[in-house]
Amino acid sequence: MCLGIPGQVKEIYEIDTIRMGRVDFGGILKEICLAYVPEIEVGDYTIVHVGFAITKLDEQSAQESLALFREMGVLEEELGVEPEEHAGHAVDAPPDAERSGGTRA
Amino acid sequence: MKYLEEFRDPDVAHRLLEDIARIVTRPWALMEVCGGQTHSIIRNGIDQLLPDEIELIHGPGCPVCVTPLEIIDRALAIAARPEVIFCSFGDMLRVPGSHKDLFRIKSEGGDVRVVYSPLDALKIARENPTREVVFFGIGFETTAPANAMAVFQAKMLGLTNFSMLVSHVLVPPAIDAIMSAPGNRVQGFLAAGHVCSVMGMWQYPELAEKHRVPIVVTGFEPLDVLEGIRRAVIQLEEGRHEVENAYSRAVVFDGNVPAQKLLDQVFTVSDRAWRGIGRIPNSGWELREDYRAYDASYKFHVTDIHTEESPLCHSGDVLQGKLKPNECPAFGKECTPRKPLGATMVSSEGACAAYYQYGRFIAVENVK
Repeated sequence: MCLGIPGQVKEIYEIDTIRMGRVDFGGILKEICLAYVPEIEVGDYTIVHVGFAITKLDEQSAQESLALFREMGVLEEELGVEPEEHAGHAVDAPPDAERSGGTRA
Repeated sequence: MKYLEEFRDPDVAHRLLEDIARIVTRPWALMEVCGGQTHSIIRNGIDQLLPDEIELIHGPGCPVCVTPLEIIDRALAIAARPEVIFCSFGDMLRVPGSHKDLFRIKSEGGDVRVVYSPLDALKIARENPTREVVFFGIGFETTAPANAMAVFQAKMLGLTNFSMLVSHVLVPPAIDAIMSAPGNRVQGFLAAGHVCSVMGMWQYPELAEKHRVPIVVTGFEPLDVLEGIRRAVIQLEEGRHEVENAYSRAVVFDGNVPAQKLLDQVFTVSDRAWRGIGRIPNSGWELREDYRAYDASYKFHVTDIHTEESPLCHSGDVLQGKLKPNECPAFGKECTPRKPLGATMVSSEGACAAYYQYGRFIAVENVK
């Protein structure tokens, strides 16, 4: 129920004076209520909870976050500083990172 | 999918983990509020990849888990009525009431239907004018805008055969209750990102100041969770207690203003009992008096159903972070997702269900 999923708005229309639209979730199209995101336009991405778009995803913020994450540790690498080893911790990637599901509550 | 894959990059996750390891100098206990974050943490093994100094305490942010037994019993009483079509999100069907669950009511002939959205229930009401359609309106601030819109629309359309059994809970009063509880160990919060997409961040500075606790608005993908943890740890190490937004692509300070307006129009704040925790003042929403005609509790006269919790299930301790799911004597034995003792083992967002699904049968201390 509390699964919040990002999707792209493909079409916007009205039903009973309520702003509705079709949103694409990785190939699956669903009718979604857009009443709470009056600023959203076709092509924008949104987070959807139980059939309602609750926020417009901000592309610039997303790119800034990713750029920050990717730069992390670069300075240490440049300076040849090894991050502290933590005994007993797996060093492999999070096991399910590639196939985990949607975004929740 | 866009906005998912980029935030699951294992190489970048390692950079974040290394940075956290570099920053941390002593033990810190953080609580992730939302059950969706708990699942992301357990599924991706984030708790095991973090430095030993950082403990994650799983919070009560699973709406199915905290819906009190007496509300379940009221739902069962309504759903069993022959004139009723009872509509619910799927994960409520197996939540045990005092004697039965909604699946049992369905197998006994009750018309119980799983819907994706409350608007689906509204559609069923329009298509079945001779039946009473009741929607089980539970959840945190994330599902509330949908439920508010369904009730608002029902009134606007003049539908008289639609009503809602409301059991809405709110995150900020829960944070306040957790921090005020004797024996609290939580030193920092990862606030639930999508709750903040709706409600914004304006309720949190007062809480951060009152309890001198950092609150970092955090998303759900592995990189989002790690960044939330990293920012909380930086604050704790520097002795700060501020409200920060580590999920800026989906959260702005004011939140979703049109949603908040309709929520205020339809709901009013009320005291609410949380399953396994007890009554928390001003921690829920109920329908305003203008919408009483759409309140299933009044329509079907079930407000006098009161029930006590079973003493067998330790979900209250799990929900308050006092017990890890696999430290419960019943975990994986008397209590499994097929035969749950409590709601934390039922819901896809429950901490016990997450531990069971991802094979965490042994308490963490035993494997380190």
